[in-house]
This record gives sequence, C-alpha cells and structure tokens, in this order.
Amino acid sequence: MYIYDEYDHSILRQRIAQFRGQTERFLAGELPPEQFLPLRLQNGLYVQRLAPMLRINVPYGMVNATQLRKLAHIARHYDKGYCHVSTRQNIQYNWPDLTEVPDILAELAEVGMHGTQSSGNCIRNTTSDQFAGVAPDEIIDPRPYCEIIRQWSTFHPEFAFLPRKFKIAVTGSTQDRAAVQVHDIGLEVVFNDKDEVGFRVYVGGGLGRTPCIGAVIREFLPEEDLLSYLEAILRVYNLLGRRDNKYKARIKILVRALTPEVFAQKVEDEWQHLKDGNNKLTQAEIARAKGFFTAPAYETIDNAAAQAVVDAQAADSIAFGKWLQRNVREHKIPGYAAVTLSLKPTGVAPGDVTDTQLEIIANLTEKFSFGEARTTHEQNIVLADVKKTDLFALWQECKAAGFATPNIGTITDIICCPGGDFCSLANAKSIPIAEAIQRQFEDLDYVYDLGDIDLNISGCMNACGHHHVGHIGILGVDKSGKEFYQVQLGGNASNDASLGDVLGPSFGADDMPNVIQKIVDVYVANRTDEELFIDTYRRIGAAPFKEKVYAKAN
Amino acid sequence: MPKLIKDSVIVDNTWTLIAKAEGDAATVAVPAGQVIIPIAVWNAQKDQLQNRTDVGVWLDSDETADLIGEEANRFAVIGVNFPLFMDGRAFSTARLLRERYGFTGELRAVGNFMRDQLCYLRRCGVNAFAFANPEANLEEAVKSLSDLQEYYQASVDQPLPLFRRRA
Repeated sequence: MYIYDEYDHSILRQRIAQFRGQTERFLAGELPPEQFLPLRLQNGLYVQRLAPMLRINVPYGMVNATQLRKLAHIARHYDKGYCHVSTRQNIQYNWPDLTEVPDILAELAEVGMHGTQSSGNCIRNTTSDQFAGVAPDEIIDPRPYCEIIRQWSTFHPEFAFLPRKFKIAVTGSTQDRAAVQVHDIGLEVVFNDKDEVGFRVYVGGGLGRTPCIGAVIREFLPEEDLLSYLEAILRVYNLLGRRDNKYKARIKILVRALTPEVFAQKVEDEWQHLKDGNNKLTQAEIARAKGFFTAPAYETIDNAAAQAVVDAQAADSIAFGKWLQRNVREHKIPGYAAVTLSLKPTGVAPGDVTDTQLEIIANLTEKFSFGEARTTHEQNIVLADVKKTDLFALWQECKAAGFATPNIGTITDIICCPGGDFCSLANAKSIPIAEAIQRQFEDLDYVYDLGDIDLNISGCMNACGHHHVGHIGILGVDKSGKEFYQVQLGGNASNDASLGDVLGPSFGADDMPNVIQKIVDVYVANRTDEELFIDTYRRIGAAPFKEKVYAKAN
Repeated sequence: MPKLIKDSVIVDNTWTLIAKAEGDAATVAVPAGQVIIPIAVWNAQKDQLQNRTDVGVWLDSDETADLIGEEANRFAVIGVNFPLFMDGRAFSTARLLRERYGFTGELRAVGNFMRDQLCYLRRCGVNAFAFANPEANLEEAVKSLSDLQEYYQASVDQPLPLFRRRA
C-alpha cells in the first residue's frame, strides 16, 4: 500500500498545526462558531446528537497493522472503546472530546492517517473495490489511480468551498464493487482498442434526497489526462453548481439541469485549456504510484493440493464449510483466497468494532495477510491475501474474536447508517431495525437458501445506508414525531445499477421483521432455479410483493 | 485610512470599493480617485472611463472571469467578491484571471471571506485581502497566509504539481 514520504508527512503536519490553531481560537472565542463549522468539518469533526463525531479517512479502504493498532489506541484512550466502519470505508469515533481532537489527529498523523476532507463541501475520501489487486475479474488495479487522486484532491486550494460535498469512486474490475454509478464522479479503469489504459467517466450519480444514476460523459479518458479532466469537471461544478438551496447543490442536479450532453461539452471546453498543462500525468508518476501496489511476496502454491486440504477440513466441519461458502472469495493467485471478516453478528450495530478487535485484526493481518487489511463500503473488513492452507486456522481465530459470522452477502449482512441513536440528521433509528431483521433470519440454512440479498437501511433521506441501491431498501421517516419505515425494492449498486421502487405506505418499527419476511416469502414462492432476489423482482415486478405485504389480515 | 493585506504586509487601502447600485449601470456616478467599480458599471461606461488608470473593477461571485477576459491587464486592480465565505466561486475566478487571462496586477479578495481562507486564496492567485469586517485583526490574519507551505497541486503560486517536483 501507499507509504507516506517526507512530503506527505510534512503536508499533514502543517494541516494538524493549522487545525490546532483554529480549535484554540474557537475555544478562546476568537473564531465565531459559523466560521469554525466548515473548518472542523473539513478536519472530520461533526457535532452529533450526543457528542462530537470524528471521521477518519481510510484511503480507498487500505489500512495496515500499525494503523489498526493506532485506531484501537484512539478508541481506548479517547473514546468508549469502539469505533464504526462507515459506508464510505472510513472509521468513525462517536465520543471524542473536542478539546482532545487536535491530539487525536496528531497521533493519527504519526501513522499517516487523518480526518481531513472526510466531511464538508469538498472532495471526500476516494473509495474503491475492497478486492482491488486480488480479484480474478480485475482488469487493472485501481489503487494507484486512487492514490494519485488522493494527492491531487488533498488540500486542493480551488475546491475547498464547493456548493456541496463531492465523492469519487474508482473500479478496475468487470464487476463493479465500488458503486461508481452512484458517485459524483465514477471512474472505471478500461483498455481502449489500442490497449491503452484510461477511464470511462460517469458524472452526477448519487443517493440522498434526489437519487440518480451517473451519466457517462466520456467513454475513454487517457490515463495521463486524469487530473486535468477532474479539474475541469470540478471547476465547471464550482462555478455553475447551485448555491441557493443545499438540497439542489450536488453536481447531479447541475448535470440534469444542463443535460449530460451540455455538461460534458462545458467540461470539454474547460479541459481544452488544461489538458496539456502541468497536471498532465507523467509515466514516471504513474509508475511511481503503481510501485506502491505491487504483489506481496506470494509463495508458489499448488492450488489443487491446497484446495484438497481445505475441502477435507470443510468435510469435517460444517461450520467451517459455511464460512468458506460465504466469507471466502477466489483470489487471482493460485493457493490464495480473500477473506471477509463479518462486522455483522446479530446484536452488534453493523460496522462497529472494538479496540480489542482492532488489535486482533492487526495481529491477524500480520499472521495471515502481509500486514494489511481493507475496510469495505458494506461495513466489513477484508484480509485480501490469505493462503488457503491457513484458512482453517484463521477461521478459528475469527470465531474466537467474533468475526466469523458466515453471512457475507446475505440478508443479514445489512448495510446500516448510525441512524437516530447517534446522528443528529436522522429521522428514525436504524440499528434496532437491523437487529430485529437479523433476529427474524437466524436460521442460517434458510438464509443461505435465500442467496445474495443486499438489505440496506438509512435513518433519513441523506441515504448514508444506501437504501436506494439495496435489493431491499429501508428508509426511516418521521411522521408527526413518530418513526416509520418505508420499503423500497429493486435497487442495485453494481454494473446494472438501479434505484429501488417505493413499495407503498410505510410501516411501524415493530412490523418490519414481518414485512421483510413477507417480501422474502414472495421471492421464494416465485423464484426459478438459480434466480436471485433481484432477478425475481425484475421479472415479476412489484405487484405480487405489494399484494402480499398490504393484504388485509384474514 | 482603512488597511488591507497586500503581498503579505499591512498597507493603507487607497482604493474605494463602489458597491452595486440599484438601477441603470450607465448612470451610476463614478467618483474621482482610485475606485473599484462593479463590472457592469465598467461595461456600461467604458467609453467615458477608458482613459482613467485609477479605475479597477470587481466581480461578484456569480460573475465569471470571461466578463473581463483579455482586457484584464488594463486594470491595476481587480476584485473578486465573497458575498458569504461559504461561496467558493472566487477561488476558480481568481485562478482563471491569473492563469487563463494572464492578469498581473493586484487581485484583491473583497467581502465576507475569512482569515482561514487566506492561504488557499493566495494559492489561487489573490495577493490582496480587504476584509469587509472593519474589526478583522490583520496582524493575526497575515499569519494564515502561510498555514500550508508544501502542496500536492499545481496552482498559481506553484505551477508545478508535487509529482513533477518530488525528489
């Protein structure tokens, strides 16, 4: 992974010192709260329902053992002993003390971590595929480009006071696991017909109040033009995006108001002035970035022999077999596998992880996966490079630490925002709904029979829980002070991205497990062999689901 | 005499900022002496004003750099306005005036920007800072110009991105 050099450290140290000064001026009454607001946000600090919330960037999900131990230390000494993996691959602390935040940031800076631009109307942490570099379906590793974008976007002087927040995601695989079509900018690394590397550029996707699928504004952008083209998009947005209404300020509104064609032309006109300037990437810089994401010291392994060992172990242990089936993925290197540690055991807020667990993960990465882990936008943790012959030992350690719930990709692997328990924006709680649904679906064999189902829950229309792109999406709404839940079906975040359709009137919290059960029952009754939930929904439509869910009792 | 920050030092502000007026820009009175007038007034009265070297113009946040364009260097001073500090259009406008239109005179931030934006504004080519707030502490504010001294990006103050300079 990328390792900070003296330039990176020095840039970060300047920023920490700047924010320390700003915090001191705020606490001394010299900096008005309304001016401190965007400054603290751009350093990751929210003021939430119960306490401040500090969001730490995990650049495109990559984190190493030293950083995991530092995150554990912060959780233990400055917080209540746990933290939360967000749906943008970041780490959130829910209980820091404002006066200690500069100290926390200074400690994190020691290991090359920070909260800068994790919030506010600026370019946020770039996200990517948690299986980057190891997925068998990968075309090109997106991480070097993510790192190039990270550096360009960090403290960009022109784009720190945009109309609204701005999120970029990059994928390099056949199957999009980074949800690039629902980001302000989505980049797909591709080859053109001359075997040159470049990007398909989507713009104006996003969830929130006005969910949109991004429009392709350029089919092939040569790799060396990445930064100049991004700068052109951002400049057009900065100058033309609406600033009169925060709910209409995202780039998706501008792209739709102008039409994608007109927006693309404006970007093209701007880019003509910029494309051959100093931002044009050099092959030396691309090679330098790639140099940080080379293959680790993989052993040469006989895959068939390794697989035979695993199969024999699975034959002896049904539980291990289930874990293999759901939490372990194929790897492009023979004899290796990628493992997802589930942060979704029933009864724990989805994505929450304790200080001790973070230290265990750090140890596991060193023992089994070259000292690195990845956070996922589904709020789990991945060890990307595990020898197949180590899987059984890793599983036993995961079981002991509480990460072995074999539910990855199933209906209980719920994406869930912090909701009304923590967030001051939320209209309704989301964590208790997730738990009630997990309890409804406790029979693992039944859950496996249901196959892959993305169930996503957001506590308000800001959609941090990505409910629009869940196969089953749940949105918390407020009706005269009471919490209700709207259900959407048919959303999808992958290549054939789609937004869910609202099923009908919303439900009370107590009804939700039963409502989800009825939806699943309709799927089971109608599916053909091998048909996943999303496929059945697309084939039969919403009517049978509506009929069942809203049928009068008796 | 009111003060402002110019080229990192506190100096007298000898230019008077003329606010946008109601009504016809063609009939707004432009006083004698060093004045910075709305771009609309300049455009409406260009014929009468074109021999004056003591007239500068300012752009509001919804007025783009191409309204001045290639004419930029006829002005000694161009202002970019912040109606609110959260309105960041002036950052782009400043870069365009410097990088696209080659403006070499005084590029002045006016209006309700805040001290903590000075470093980024300087990076975007702004070299003078006239706070709307007369209470602003300029001695303290000067320090924020150098909050950051190493950068990843190309900008006006450092045309080479770090990747072209990295040792």
